Amino acid sequence: MKILVAVKRVIDYNVQIRVKEDNSGVVTDNVKMSTNPPDDNAIEEAVKIKEAGKATEVVAVSIGEEKAQETVRKALAVGADRGILVKTEGIVEPLSVSKLLQKIVEKEKPDLVFMGKQAIDDDCNQTGQMLSALLNWPQATFASKIEIKDGKLEVTREIDEGLETIEINVPAIVTCDLRLNEPRYASLPNIMKAKKKPIEQLNASDLGVDISPRIEQIKVEEPPKRKAGIKVSSVSELVQKLKNEAKVI
Amino acid sequence: MSVLLIAEHNNQELKPFTLNAATAASQIDNDVHAVIIGNKCDEAAKALSKLEFVKKVIQVEADYYENFVAENFAPVIVKLADNYSHIISSANTFGKNLMPRIAAALDTSQISDITKVIAPDTFLRPIYAGNAFATVKSKDTKKCVTIRPTSFDACESSGGSAAIEKAEASEEFSKTKFVKREEVKSDRPELGTARVVVSGGRGMQSGDNFKLITSLADKLNAAIGASRAAVDAGYISNDHQVGQTGKVVVPDLYIAVGISGAIQHLAGMKESKVIVAINKDGEAPIFSVADYGLEADLFEAVPQFLEELNKLNTIQK
Repeated sequence: MKILVAVKRVIDYNVQIRVKEDNSGVVTDNVKMSTNPPDDNAIEEAVKIKEAGKATEVVAVSIGEEKAQETVRKALAVGADRGILVKTEGIVEPLSVSKLLQKIVEKEKPDLVFMGKQAIDDDCNQTGQMLSALLNWPQATFASKIEIKDGKLEVTREIDEGLETIEINVPAIVTCDLRLNEPRYASLPNIMKAKKKPIEQLNASDLGVDISPRIEQIKVEEPPKRKAGIKVSSVSELVQKLKNEAKVI
Repeated sequence: MSVLLIAEHNNQELKPFTLNAATAASQIDNDVHAVIIGNKCDEAAKALSKLEFVKKVIQVEADYYENFVAENFAPVIVKLADNYSHIISSANTFGKNLMPRIAAALDTSQISDITKVIAPDTFLRPIYAGNAFATVKSKDTKKCVTIRPTSFDACESSGGSAAIEKAEASEEFSKTKFVKREEVKSDRPELGTARVVVSGGRGMQSGDNFKLITSLADKLNAAIGASRAAVDAGYISNDHQVGQTGKVVVPDLYIAVGISGAIQHLAGMKESKVIVAINKDGEAPIFSVADYGLEADLFEAVPQFLEELNKLNTIQK
């Protein structure tokens, strides 16, 4: 079985986001970038499946600017066998990403495609579902447990009400929740080894997909600031304030 | 053209967020139609027909619609889509799972999780977990939009009298099978909709100490929340997690106990109406969003809090 894992380069989750002064977006220059956190879970799961002898190859693919190569390289350092980078510029909407991934899937013919359930930059939560629609494959979103059973997957999904279990035929798309596993750190020897693993580079235009944006981003603003609150000196003061001032208890 | 609202339900009743989504839909266009896809869902369809704003209900039934599998639902909506300018659902796990499958089939770039309708083609939505807000305008002729339920009021559940029309089921998608659902049952209000939320963080030091949070929540008829740090430390199960990677909550009162206030946690609660923080570290970032901050040892403060609440006899239930 072959597993394709899609990874996205995003602003590191520990970075305090700053909005550009001209409101055209958020500041990304000189900001620490990392792999989108649930994409790390996607890679980890694929590598674990390979280590368990249930997959033969793990291919990491990223869509983004030249520097997204680092994100692919990181996936290689934790166990992916080879990488693909589809180079794009500017905002690429999930619909376009899923169309590009569709082309990669047609070429690579994986049995499974894994990715994070959501990217922590645009928070869209769309790409996996869109890709499965384009391919007409089953989708298992928000996966917190994956079991492989005779050409099928049993996937536990995190839903608002609790947990849901579905069974899907392969080939299929799985989007991964942070609870799926604990991603490993790349060891230094593996980081060195990853430098020798191949990364195929393509331009989005080579794939014959129209990726022009359909959504105009008019402006990006800071969230409304909360009014500064007060410190209370005791529990009884707190309770009095909540009762008489805020009137919430 | 009209707006098509996708109802969320359990075949007997509507799920509450359908009412918030109906309000959002009505802000886009007056002519809101609602589709309900399910199995033996007459009761839920009737409830839908009574909603304020809903002018027509389309009911689609088949046994394979019993468990809301997106692969089965999407083709039904796609078939109906010709008559509508917008397709709307909640941005909860139901809508998040379903809508992109519809949007891709319609070749539409979806707009997720809007918090405001600015114009029928222009919306406000949080990005970077609410650390920034983007105003976006869709250039697609057909728009697929999911709405953040807590940003729109629930509509009235009575007063409407929409006609219920039946529509034909689509073919079953046989490659996905529902196995089971394990719902977390609780007498407490649901985290996403509770009026009061009491949350504990790493400062609780153990799962056992979460009893303090439970007692406080009992007293205030509150839902129980937790920071990611508390969940990761195994103090409490992950369905309680509030934050960027958990639930986003907007209660009237949010009480953060032993929570330092990491960016990822603040993203999930900072829109709450009143925020209380109890933390012994006076420099903790949680105090920057708290309306009332109490710099104190939680193991002393929470029992005192309970005592003070016991003295009051006007607690709302």
